Amino acid sequence: MPHDHADAPHSLLPPDPALRVKALETLLTQKGLIDPAALDEIIDTYQNRIGPANGARVVARAWHDPGFKAALLADADPVLADLGYYGRQGEHMVVVENTPVQHNMVVCTLCSCYPWPLLGIPPGWYKSDAYRARAVREPRRVLAEFGVTLPADTSVRVWDSTAEVRYLVLPMRPEGSEGMSEEQLAALVSRDSMIGTGLAIAPEVAAS
Amino acid sequence: MSRVHDMGGRFGDGPVTPEPQGAPVFAEDWHARALAITLACGALGQWNIDTSRHARERLAPLDYTRFSYYEKWLAGLATLLVEKQVLSAKDLASATDGRDGTGADRAAPHPLAARALKAADVAAALAKGGPADRPSDVAVAFAPGDPVRCRRPGGNRLVAGGHTRLPTYAVGARGWIVRVHGTHVLPDSAAHGLGEAPEPLYAVAFAASDLWSAPEHPGDEVVLDLWQSYLEAV
Repeated sequence: MPHDHADAPHSLLPPDPALRVKALETLLTQKGLIDPAALDEIIDTYQNRIGPANGARVVARAWHDPGFKAALLADADPVLADLGYYGRQGEHMVVVENTPVQHNMVVCTLCSCYPWPLLGIPPGWYKSDAYRARAVREPRRVLAEFGVTLPADTSVRVWDSTAEVRYLVLPMRPEGSEGMSEEQLAALVSRDSMIGTGLAIAPEVAAS
Repeated sequence: MSRVHDMGGRFGDGPVTPEPQGAPVFAEDWHARALAITLACGALGQWNIDTSRHARERLAPLDYTRFSYYEKWLAGLATLLVEKQVLSAKDLASATDGRDGTGADRAAPHPLAARALKAADVAAALAKGGPADRPSDVAVAFAPGDPVRCRRPGGNRLVAGGHTRLPTYAVGARGWIVRVHGTHVLPDSAAHGLGEAPEPLYAVAFAASDLWSAPEHPGDEVVLDLWQSYLEAV
């Protein structure tokens, strides 16, 4: 069943990747198998509408509302569905909470699994061989490359997304954010803090 | 027995180079196009997510390594389109950058054309997604806290060289159940048209010291999502 191709079909297409895409799009459009307007719609969705601002709103609400946070951590799917954050690559969500004793970090060593409805399309580094290969074996050295150093008494739990479950890290609420509104809090939530390769932004840094 | 994509724990890749958080979602226009074409072709219903992952994984190691991310997607898509007989190798060979447009057979309607994803249906298709949980007859064998071991040898037990989601670095390792996810489609079966074969899926934690010869920190752990048939009781 799994044929190993000596004459792989991709080798039949033009070598330049941009031309390869164009050739495939033209062929599939001529056959009536794809609609270029649908492609535009997919791209617009992930370029402009679905991105890390969704996840940031969830984190900010969890910081702001203990009941919401408890429900989110207990069973994320219905909570996120209520907010309209569901669908492709976010069908089965689990939210994991950072604490002073445990830092969570997410990787997909086998491909590039990532919670699209909450964070959008993964950044290039998340899909890179270096991140996929190293995040499980030396997460602290990888974190250092993101400028993050954890206290020695904080353990790291790396989640390798090997199934259709997608993980979102709930970062620790930064000091000095007491009394801030949900909207102000959301501005402290970076994309990387929800993957676990970053921390939430300190209010004084966000304000500067 | 492993394939090139199974790179967890590998040495030699050098530093991770994070691009700025405000960087464009798609670094190149063709990246966006490649993603959209792949999703749109998936909507034709000729394969599932496990089939498409496997199509990328079984690229020749030389190709997998030299291709950028979306080139892998394109190559996997070309494989699937031909294997599932959506297009022929001749179709692909005649595809150019769009400036020709000739070819008599292209005028005939394709049998799958009625299934083509329309712009008006994109939002609903993306919102629907592809849930992987299914009812299963397989009884849940483990509970949180139970010690387990990943079976050895790893690899797909239904198809030699087939798709599996047990990374090589965890084969034979001892861990413990941290979460029961319910019953999910088994990729080892579904990727090869052998049925969804749903079974219990667990989050399983492993001490870093049980996976790596030189763990960074005694308290660190790695958690993997693993199907029941990947595990044995300890």
